[in-house]
Amino acid sequence: MRISSTLALIIATTILFSACSSTKLDDKPPVVDRSGAGTSQSSVADARSVNPIDAGSTDALNDPKGVLARRSIYFDYDSYVVRDDGKPIIENHAKYLNATKSRKVIIQGNTDDRGGREYNLALGQKRAEAVRKSLSLLGVPESQMEAVSLGKEKPKALGSDETAYGENRRADIVY
Amino acid sequence: MNTSIKSTINKPFSRLLLSTFAACGLLLSSSAQAQLHVDISGVGANQIPIAIASFADETIAPAQVSAIIKADLARSGFFKIIDTGGVLSETSAVNYGDWKSRGADALVVGSVQRLADGRFDVRYRLLDTVKGSQLSALSLTAADARTRVTAHKIADDIYEKLIGARGAFATRIAYVTKAGNEYRLEVADADGEGTNVALRSNEPIISPAWSPDGTRVAYVSFENKKPVVYVQNLVTRQRTVLANYKGSNSAPSWSPDGNRLVLALSRDGSTQSYIVNADGSGLRRLTSSGGIDTEPQFSADGQSIYFTSDRSGGPQIYKMSVAGGEPQRVTFKGAYNISPRVSPDGKTLAYISRRDGTFQLYAMDLSNGQELRLSDTAKDESPSFSPNGKYIMYATETGRRGSLAVVSVDGRVKQRLTTQAGDVREPTWGPFLK
Repeated sequence: MRISSTLALIIATTILFSACSSTKLDDKPPVVDRSGAGTSQSSVADARSVNPIDAGSTDALNDPKGVLARRSIYFDYDSYVVRDDGKPIIENHAKYLNATKSRKVIIQGNTDDRGGREYNLALGQKRAEAVRKSLSLLGVPESQMEAVSLGKEKPKALGSDETAYGENRRADIVY
Repeated sequence: MNTSIKSTINKPFSRLLLSTFAACGLLLSSSAQAQLHVDISGVGANQIPIAIASFADETIAPAQVSAIIKADLARSGFFKIIDTGGVLSETSAVNYGDWKSRGADALVVGSVQRLADGRFDVRYRLLDTVKGSQLSALSLTAADARTRVTAHKIADDIYEKLIGARGAFATRIAYVTKAGNEYRLEVADADGEGTNVALRSNEPIISPAWSPDGTRVAYVSFENKKPVVYVQNLVTRQRTVLANYKGSNSAPSWSPDGNRLVLALSRDGSTQSYIVNADGSGLRRLTSSGGIDTEPQFSADGQSIYFTSDRSGGPQIYKMSVAGGEPQRVTFKGAYNISPRVSPDGKTLAYISRRDGTFQLYAMDLSNGQELRLSDTAKDESPSFSPNGKYIMYATETGRRGSLAVVSVDGRVKQRLTTQAGDVREPTWGPFLK
């Protein structure tokens, strides 16, 4: 009781203090630079020019040509083991997730449309789990990822041939 | 019209032209909005010839009672409908000898009356033409919108008196439709009429399961980008999350007393079966394999759980005690057996088996392990017993579109339900209602 109330007091004081300091800052009269307004005395060629900065380019996730743009891991028929071609994809995402702790992923497993809906849901889960375990082995904490299944409910490729089946035997890393 | 029904019923396994008969012959009262059409093929081992007269003044009610009774009994496969060509009320004088000579073993007569409060009073009598006696008589009062149900209840009474088992015509079914990007959980009468939408979503809905009291449906919805189990009260529209654990949540199924559900969760890594109270509390893990243990279903006595497991390699059906213990394998033929459903009397197990690349409906006599193939289609899924245990409804494919099919447990009577647009799938047959 005593400890918790002391703790509460400290927290309350801290909040009050920070609240005060921010009030002080806000109370300062706004600094307005009027030097360039209406005149053309500036040494810059054109004071009214605007040169943009692309903040998006700082996050590798948003680079459509980057390694993180590949987010699908494919599986063989009746297989729930990550193939060699899927490993580098998982490694790239593991690297990114370890460096960017604020990011979370949902791994969605999928199956082709043969067989029952519920059993396919469980099979899709096995594929999602295979990717989750690989990411985990590469140091990604469980709190940053969730493995789920869409079973055969959300096929990427429609059709009943091997090309379509192969496209749907897949786990997607979704941010 | 009745000739059409007769000829349809008397041609076993002839499926051509049936949708025409279904649309204009069997569902006389079906409107343009009707969502499901019924096709019939095959007949029961013994058909009881029954004459059903038009009910006196039945045209005043929104649904034609005698036509619905005829359609119900014809669809069951156990009756041969004999045209009476006229109106007979429950008070009409009946010459039993006449009906007997026309081949009818039983005769149905009745009337419809509008009461002072606007409701309809439907009266009927079932007569045994051989013995010259009355087998049953009912007087049922119903509001406008419920006259269809009244007709189904009369068909239930006739079925029970003549077949000796409770009729299931007044029960309802729930199923999922998909048209474009829209998924709907719909509820309809067992004949596919009287459709109501319970849930609309832009994401898949699977595995609806009807509560034993008929007021709620548990199902899996993907509206949150992952499978989550909900329970929806059809009457109050109240919807609660039954299970939204980390990973996938699926395959809900009710205990016979409606107090608990079993379901499949992947919260511990692999997909395993759990038991939970109907309010979502008291979650307990039932199975303990490192692989897949899914599609849990209570046995009829509520003491055991049937489920699908890949512990032997491919999927097979197992049974274990609700209290725990070692599961016993139930299916042995074929490398892929899924979706167990137990009949209401606990004696028959329906399931889907893959043989030679086709997924078909099978029924197993649980006393001796004898199995019977009940379908001749290739992509069957999700069986569901009628509450009287006489029929199994399941999902299949017709012309690359999802449709529902019904088969009698002996495999002799077959019906097909299709929608005009889109797919229909994932049927669950509701319980008897009071």
